[in-house]
Amino acid sequence: MIEIRFHGRGGQGAVIASKALAIAFFHEGKHVQAFPSFGVERRGAPVTAFTRVDDHPIRLRNFIYTPDHIIILDATLIASANVTEGLKKNGWILINTDAAPSKFRNLSKFRVATVDADSIAVEYKLGTPTSPIVNTAILGAFSKIAGIVSLDSVLEGIRDTVPSNKAGNASAAKEASLRVLT
Amino acid sequence: MIKVMIGNHAVSYGVMLSRVQVIPAYPITPQTSIVEELSEFCADGHLNARFIKVESEHSAMACCIGASAAGARTFTATSSQGLALMHEMLHWATGARLPIVMANVNRALGPPWNIWNDQTDSLSQRDTGWLQFYCESNQEVLDTVIQSFKISEEVLLPTMLVLDAFFLSHTAEAVDVPDAQDVDRYLPRYQARYRLDVDNPHSFGNLATPEYYQGFRNKIQDDMIRARTVAKKADEDFESIFHRSYGFTEAYQCEGADLILVTSGTVVSTSRIVIDELRKEGRKVGLLKIRMFRPFPFDDVIGALKDAKKVAVLDRAISFGHSGIFAQEIMSAMYNQPSKPLIYSYITGLGGLDVTPRIITDIINDACERDIPPQESIWIGGKS
Repeated sequence: MIEIRFHGRGGQGAVIASKALAIAFFHEGKHVQAFPSFGVERRGAPVTAFTRVDDHPIRLRNFIYTPDHIIILDATLIASANVTEGLKKNGWILINTDAAPSKFRNLSKFRVATVDADSIAVEYKLGTPTSPIVNTAILGAFSKIAGIVSLDSVLEGIRDTVPSNKAGNASAAKEASLRVLT
Repeated sequence: MIKVMIGNHAVSYGVMLSRVQVIPAYPITPQTSIVEELSEFCADGHLNARFIKVESEHSAMACCIGASAAGARTFTATSSQGLALMHEMLHWATGARLPIVMANVNRALGPPWNIWNDQTDSLSQRDTGWLQFYCESNQEVLDTVIQSFKISEEVLLPTMLVLDAFFLSHTAEAVDVPDAQDVDRYLPRYQARYRLDVDNPHSFGNLATPEYYQGFRNKIQDDMIRARTVAKKADEDFESIFHRSYGFTEAYQCEGADLILVTSGTVVSTSRIVIDELRKEGRKVGLLKIRMFRPFPFDDVIGALKDAKKVAVLDRAISFGHSGIFAQEIMSAMYNQPSKPLIYSYITGLGGLDVTPRIITDIINDACERDIPPQESIWIGGKS
């Protein structure tokens, strides 16, 4: 079983990202489960979402405490929440930021990757320049670094889940897969 | 067609496939996306139904009652405070013998304010005369919607199907969506036996003197009992077309079990993993899932539990001043049996508290170690 945890803020699309990623794995024949941990649903509030993937039907129905990988849609969460809690050794931390992975010295015991998903989302007119919707870009980057789900499958997942501008969202994912830094 | 969808949308697809004709609804978290999706189905022509926006849940159920009395297949969905506000009308739907189907997403009641999973809302409606089914997966949710109409329209009593907040309502997983023609074959268009009709006027809901009133109540009970036979056939017929069935209960690894854990909803799913692990260690433990709560499946429960030494009931609700509600029901079912297990009541998972494999294991170990069940329920987890 592979468990992935998303940390974002309301409005960035973390919940849709967890579902799009699940559908990507589903297209590759896996059993999947995706769900959010809702708090008070409002723009800007911290949101956690989860994706589980397995070769067998998934019977576990509780939160993810020891994820294999972590995807952070808003880098300011690193300071305010214990986002790496329970992360397994050799797990990826993918962060939406314009900084290089080497800037995150306190995370050096994990594998860190970064991608400037904000800029990519703005470029493809996803959300607004002040509140870009970064979920699809970050999934493209995740596909590239983790190597456990193909970019084509991620694009399928995006097409199935995003409500509008499907072409722009797909392009953002492709672009991010090229611009992710490790 | 297999589709990855959240539990709420599994409800919506079940309703669409059942060709429901009237949907009066009022939004409440975490139910809202059920009726949002249905309003889309109505707007884009996938479902030919009247979607009626109302000003409260009390009105939603009143509107269901009117539509169902007029002979329409009728559905609504709610949660928590919304269900509580419907309470008066739930009794009316039963007394008026209307086959309304409602999805309730289990959510805690306030205060303190809480939007997460808790079975107190639906269990508080235990005595309103609605059939109740508790679901474990999104597939079971979709299938149970369709079965519910089949059963309700035969026994002329309403059905509430129940799913866990977030752990099903907002969890996406693969669901096999049945073909519309197959569902039409299983559940033909609704033909009401009795309905409001200006060309054939009857009196509905008028006064009944005591002796007649009791007679009417007795008929409701008779049909609730008959609902067991009807629900069994509905499940068997469902299996013959769709190759899936669920039963009223499911005994998992109960053969030769000294201790059986009893629970419902998504906790059943996680408990299966725990039972498998403990069986691997050589522990004689099993699991009983309760799917149908009303009418209560006495024979299935007694059959599954009578040979166990101990039974641990995990309740996601509490009847204040007594104990877990499922625990009370299991105790009363076993009381007159010549051989019966000791029955332990555990309370956990209230207000969305995550019921982990660790918590489930702790409950099983606690019941194994205690010689005599305490009179009070045992609370597991949470902070004071």
